Amino acid sequence: MQIPAPFDYVRASDVDNALALLERHGPESRLVAGGHSLLPMMKLRLARPEWLIDINGLAELDFMVREGNVFRIGALTRHTTLLESPEVARLFPIVTDAEQVIADPVVRNRGTIGGSLCQADPAEDLSTVCDVLRAEAVIRGPAGERVVAMDEFHRGPYETAVGQNELMSELRFPIRPRSSSAYEKVERRVGDWAVAAAGAAVSLAADGTIEESSVGLTAVGLDGTVAGIGDLLGGRRPDEDLFAEAGRIAAAACEPVADQRGGIDYKRHLADELTRRVLRRACARASEEQEG
Amino acid sequence: MTTTQERPASGPGEGARPGNPAAGDKDRPIGYGRIQRKEDPRFIRGKGRYVDDIVLPGMLHGAILRAPVAHARLVSIDTSEALAHPKVKAVITGKDLEGLNLAWAPTLSADVQAVLVTDKVRFQGQEVAFVVAEDRYAARDALELIDVEYDILPPVIDARKALDADAPVIRDDLAGRTDNRIFDWEIGDADETEAVFAAADVVVAQDMVYPRVHPAPMETCGAVADFDPIDGGLTLYETTQAPHAHRTLYAMVAGIPEHKIRVVSPDIGGGFGNKVGIYPGYVLAVVGSIVTGKPVKWVEDRSENLMSTSFARDYLMRGEIAATKDGKILAVRTNVLADHGAFNATAQPTKNPAGFFSIFTGSYDLQAAYCKVTGVYTNKAPGGVAYACSFRVTEAVYLVERMVDVLARKLEMDPAELRLKNFIRPEQFPYANKTGWEYDSGNYEPAMRLSMKMAGYEELRREQAEKRERGELMGIGVSFFTETVGAGPRKHFDIVGLGMADGAELRVHPTGKAVVRLSVQSQGQGHETTFAQIVAEELGIPPEDIDVVHGDTDQTPFGLGTYGSRSTPVSGGAVALVARKVRDKAKFIAAAMLETRPEDLEWEKGRWFVKGDPGAGKTMAEIALGAHGTVALPDGIDGNLDAEVTYDPPNLTFPFGAYICVVDVDPGTGRVKVRRFIAVDDCGTRINPMIIEGQVHGGLTDGVGMALMEIIEFDEDGNCLGGSFMDYLIPTAMEVPDWETGFTVTPSPHHPIGAKGIGESATVGSPPAIVNAVVDALAPFGITHMDMPCTPARVWEAMQGRPRPPV
Repeated sequence: MQIPAPFDYVRASDVDNALALLERHGPESRLVAGGHSLLPMMKLRLARPEWLIDINGLAELDFMVREGNVFRIGALTRHTTLLESPEVARLFPIVTDAEQVIADPVVRNRGTIGGSLCQADPAEDLSTVCDVLRAEAVIRGPAGERVVAMDEFHRGPYETAVGQNELMSELRFPIRPRSSSAYEKVERRVGDWAVAAAGAAVSLAADGTIEESSVGLTAVGLDGTVAGIGDLLGGRRPDEDLFAEAGRIAAAACEPVADQRGGIDYKRHLADELTRRVLRRACARASEEQEG
Repeated sequence: MTTTQERPASGPGEGARPGNPAAGDKDRPIGYGRIQRKEDPRFIRGKGRYVDDIVLPGMLHGAILRAPVAHARLVSIDTSEALAHPKVKAVITGKDLEGLNLAWAPTLSADVQAVLVTDKVRFQGQEVAFVVAEDRYAARDALELIDVEYDILPPVIDARKALDADAPVIRDDLAGRTDNRIFDWEIGDADETEAVFAAADVVVAQDMVYPRVHPAPMETCGAVADFDPIDGGLTLYETTQAPHAHRTLYAMVAGIPEHKIRVVSPDIGGGFGNKVGIYPGYVLAVVGSIVTGKPVKWVEDRSENLMSTSFARDYLMRGEIAATKDGKILAVRTNVLADHGAFNATAQPTKNPAGFFSIFTGSYDLQAAYCKVTGVYTNKAPGGVAYACSFRVTEAVYLVERMVDVLARKLEMDPAELRLKNFIRPEQFPYANKTGWEYDSGNYEPAMRLSMKMAGYEELRREQAEKRERGELMGIGVSFFTETVGAGPRKHFDIVGLGMADGAELRVHPTGKAVVRLSVQSQGQGHETTFAQIVAEELGIPPEDIDVVHGDTDQTPFGLGTYGSRSTPVSGGAVALVARKVRDKAKFIAAAMLETRPEDLEWEKGRWFVKGDPGAGKTMAEIALGAHGTVALPDGIDGNLDAEVTYDPPNLTFPFGAYICVVDVDPGTGRVKVRRFIAVDDCGTRINPMIIEGQVHGGLTDGVGMALMEIIEFDEDGNCLGGSFMDYLIPTAMEVPDWETGFTVTPSPHHPIGAKGIGESATVGSPPAIVNAVVDALAPFGITHMDMPCTPARVWEAMQGRPRPPV
């Protein structure tokens, strides 16, 4: 049994109460939702919060709803809920792809989308997914609510725009016509963090050419989406040469570091290979969508 | 004689004997056969009782402070703040142990190991101080209150550099020690082997690494020590695979008289060799209990288990094969550098510093063989045989089976055909190999042919050829292993002077129910079922009427415990013989009851009856009641139905098997998918086929782990990079295929029931099959070898033409 340093625990009754508790207990307090990142870090004594504020009871943060061309997902939505949602699979297959390879069922039953984003691990899959889908994060704090784009939300490894006395309440995903997406990860074993992963989203024009596109990479030292891919693909018809060109751009754009999961050249190769694969799959799905 | 079967029969059929007519159920075997495990009702209900479930009145809790660095001189330890913690009862340091003459303890390999650091830290995670507190939280918190000053020294991490002239001497505690060499050991005839190599048509050589891996049992190690200061008795509950050997060693080391020590090994949540040795934590729990006068529990956490307890393998090997150009293998030669870590704490027979590695001659009829093993110290955790390896047969089989594939490639021969061409032939058994082993029995070709038939080998090769045309990477890997288990004859094998025999006691109660007591200890292998079935087979008492008692030195006869697949070969022999002893005694009692002569009686399972008059007989239950009743017993027969034996096996047993693995490699990412795995095992007589299959499934899963993902790595400073399950990967159900198992039966001629043992066969045999499959898949890239683990990155590097060793 691995034993964390001593801490106190309190259960929040609603979002306002959670914010008040964060205010009261100050910088040494942390919110806990699924706890699948925070608790292991506490057990290894890498994280030593004095207070845990449990937000698992905040039903107001556990929802999925479509409003016009926006799909809203509450921060407390569990991975399993996302994985099993037919609507998510239809609108954003990249989410379903990613959820299938996030950890294992035990973790997915408990872990939340908000927790994943706020933990901001560089090898975290949903951050890439949100980048690629151009999601917005809703942050609530003492001063009220603000909505930030993903490029503003991410502040580097383990850092986000969410302040110590704030809480992410939901993510908003724009719904685009004739669009689809895909995600693929290489891992050493099911449940391991990514060696590298890539996600892509595309929208097709009525003539089958690519209208909009974005590619994101996981665990290879790239912030946000790969610059230049949208311009490259825009107005072009999807084909293997085009995907290969996009792959080369992605490989050049990332800055992986060598570790036990692989060397720099291998990870760069994966950025290339996986970019091609996810673009291929996203385009194929989008054209099926179009025909369907 | 060998019998073969492709698939296990469904239901109770295979191996089942006709039911006891008295039981009225023809399908339920009274003896061998596929019956459900007696221990499972408690395990699947969460009612097992493990060390950590034990709670004694007034019990305190211990925690170990471990060194954060790999090599450092200990300058000072200040424990005053920890002692001031309101819940802390004691803080023990190396200096305190020196006062008790317990700072160093002997290992199982004629070395010593520090219980707590006195002079120098020798590996990251080494034990530095022990805190005893009212609860485990306080004990853990107090570790942070101990202030230790270290003077950092340069570490020796790469075993290849351990013998360099300028390498720091790790074991300066040993008088006269000037380098890091532990031993040089050789076997076989070097000159004869050289002569065969010099004259051979073809010679192939390959360097290969069997990386350091860890047994990683689900339950970590732990102990509850309860020293009674009034009567001087010690009761020690611990996670041990060898309770009797532990008790004797504690008596020798700690000076507590052996009759005052009771070692209890309750349910064990996996061992795989990890729970053979005596760890500092066990000793510290004892010291803690002596110092505080209270029971002390110590249970390590996952990181402690991975970083400080017995690892396995860590063999850097060079293999060579000499052969004729038409594929007759003539000789095998190997040179090994063995990394034993900071202390030589390898758990193995004392006279065998490289374990049974000398079985590297494999399943082949050779003219010559030679090997040299050099053991070295490094600044890494000690240990080194653990993990279902049959005392290094794992490394030996990997070496020879990898080499045979390298030869097959060189000769452009099919690897299965090459093996078939070189097998020891059935008429050559018992077979004396070139390194001193006598293989008891074997019939290799039928097992190989059966595995090929089950796999559809020819069809797979056709499919592979088609896929290669399309640029797809499919590999087919073959391995054929011969195991060496059941150590062993006491004249050859001992552990610190204790002969490797095992005892059994059998008592038949007056109503015909029985209890059998064993010296070996299950870690999940199903002993309570298997050993009841052996008694049932011999006496005709249903297995459910036979209790199996093990794991408590007060309750069981002496013996060396469970490891090296020795339970069935050694204890199984003891149990069969003790049952026969009871059966023989029962004959005399039955004769007295039937008022006839013993020689006029005949045995059928469960009863003695008068020859020619089957109606006149006595069942075991009737005889048991007679033994304890009023029947006048013949001279020399006392009034019970009990017996005991100690079994000293005449030889080891040599199980074998043929494994075929099919993999698909993703050309774009290097990901390996094990698509199929066919395992044909021959473990001699099969007692419970379901348990055998369970053991095989587990071992094959182990093999996937080692071949594809497991490795304990260190950085250049000696930091362990595999200290959690996030970094040390073990396989899940997602990485393994649906196992396809088959079997042949070639009984051991010297074992009382012909059984050979199965516990480690699959762990030994599967890694080379998987690696051979991966290398086969990569053949289009000109690759003839890659080392484990075959992670995506390493496979991709091999595809780029630059495979590299993992260390």
